[in-house]
Amino acid sequence: MTDTAPAVELAGLTKTFGTVTAVDGLSLRIEPGEVVAFLGPNGAGKTTTVDMLLGLARPDAGTVRVFGGTPGDAVRLGRIAAVMQTGGLLKDLTVAETVRMTAHFYGHSRPVTEVLERAGIADIADRPVGKCSGGQQQRLRFALALLPDPDLMVLDEPTTGMDVEGRRDFWQAIRADARSGRTVLFATHYLDEADAYADRIVLVRQGRVVADGTTAEIKNLAAGRVVRATLPGADQAVLAALPGVQSVEVRGDAVLVHTEDSDVVARHLLTRTDARDLEITSRNLEDAFLALTTAAA
Amino acid sequence: MTVTASSATTSTREAGNRRPPALGGFSAPVLGIEIRRVLRNRRTLMFILVMPAVFFLLFGLPQRGQNLDNGLPVTGWIMISLAVYAAMVATTSAGAAVATERALGWSRQLRLTPLRPAAYVATKVATAMVLGLLGVLVEFTVGAASGVRMPAHVWVESGLTAWIGSLVFAALGLFVGYLAPAENVMQFMGPALAILAMLGGLFVPLDILPHAMQQIAKFTPVYGVGQLARAPLAGGGVDWAAVGNVAAWTAFFGLGAARLFRRDTTRV
Repeated sequence: MTDTAPAVELAGLTKTFGTVTAVDGLSLRIEPGEVVAFLGPNGAGKTTTVDMLLGLARPDAGTVRVFGGTPGDAVRLGRIAAVMQTGGLLKDLTVAETVRMTAHFYGHSRPVTEVLERAGIADIADRPVGKCSGGQQQRLRFALALLPDPDLMVLDEPTTGMDVEGRRDFWQAIRADARSGRTVLFATHYLDEADAYADRIVLVRQGRVVADGTTAEIKNLAAGRVVRATLPGADQAVLAALPGVQSVEVRGDAVLVHTEDSDVVARHLLTRTDARDLEITSRNLEDAFLALTTAAA
Repeated sequence: MTVTASSATTSTREAGNRRPPALGGFSAPVLGIEIRRVLRNRRTLMFILVMPAVFFLLFGLPQRGQNLDNGLPVTGWIMISLAVYAAMVATTSAGAAVATERALGWSRQLRLTPLRPAAYVATKVATAMVLGLLGVLVEFTVGAASGVRMPAHVWVESGLTAWIGSLVFAALGLFVGYLAPAENVMQFMGPALAILAMLGGLFVPLDILPHAMQQIAKFTPVYGVGQLARAPLAGGGVDWAAVGNVAAWTAFFGLGAARLFRRDTTRV
């Protein structure tokens, strides 16, 4: 790869529908090779942003660059591909026919059998699309997106409406694929998906980025970590005075310290006190998500 | 949480491989899949192949033995008319398929591929014309098998005119397809085409209609193609009114479809 341009560069992106501002000055930069979750509640502006990224909608203000060019350029060269939420399939074609037909729309594409294998639908190749389950149709969309071997794969709420097993199978296919160094951006409102499959989470609310960082950073941001240790007669005042400490709680012989900087607390406990059985736990992502997305604007 | 782990990669992530498709994505294999897809639809087959043939057996055969003023068979006149009907239903429904594809979101999916909108339309028109040809051939085969005898040049000239003339209905189909994003657009187009065919003199000679009706009928879209397709049989020189009719309606539907198509596919 000779490009030095970011995979995605959104700057000041704005889109309004009537009186509703769906996307409100959103900026985002994604480097090649990143696996990014675009996480937010329904109505946060995720799909509108994705549409503008793909060139399906025109921003009212701001710019979209994909590998330094326009979305249209990226589409024409097969550098970007997307798995959309619903629709977009012909019911009267078979799975294999859909893939074969789409393959001819690209100047260069992976072999049909290969993408069917990788999407896990080789066994239903001859089934009419109209007779496929929602999960199978979604894997077919994924197979279509694999055809150009895109540098950037965009998935818009790809597992909406799938059962647990369908979601797991789908992500297994995506995850196996992401190892090839492809840049992946997926919009989701499922926290566990963002947590499990992304390196980086971009949290959006009301059309704006409210947090952006690694999964660990996002968790820390709202909730910090809890350091728990067994320490009879702990000096609460000393612990509370450590940098980053939010609260100290004593339960019998155990002490629980809520902190933004668990390293400082752990170091203190292990070097200056007789603390043992030390545990550090993060609050789960759901706490962070709720804290960030329900806070007042 | 590292998904970017190094593992053997089978991917060819080289910019050098990347190029837009030849002819904007128009290709024979795609056309083949499209045609197979239409032929798989029993209802479509019923309307474009079976019905016109049955019409001939019901309304054409009873006229066997009767001749036009020039001595050529009336059954030939009916067969050619119904061939025009078969071709027009075939090309209209193939063109109108864009309505279904827009309703299903397939057009949107296509916008995520390098397929050029013009190549998409070209594929639809080509599919329409293959089906139209099939419609003409089936009708002529049924006619020939039922004993219609005409000079060879009449078969060829009438057949080609019925076929090429159906291009105007491919344009009509596209026009309607871009106008109505409905999955079942042919449900109202079927009856509409039957009325147009009636006014165009495909089912009964226009002479039996009231005079005022005949005058109006001459301005409807099927009249011109029907007249021109039957001209090799009926004789009588070039019917310029019919030529004007075909040209005007082709321009109208073609420009209308092009306009709606541009509105639909404007890229950002």
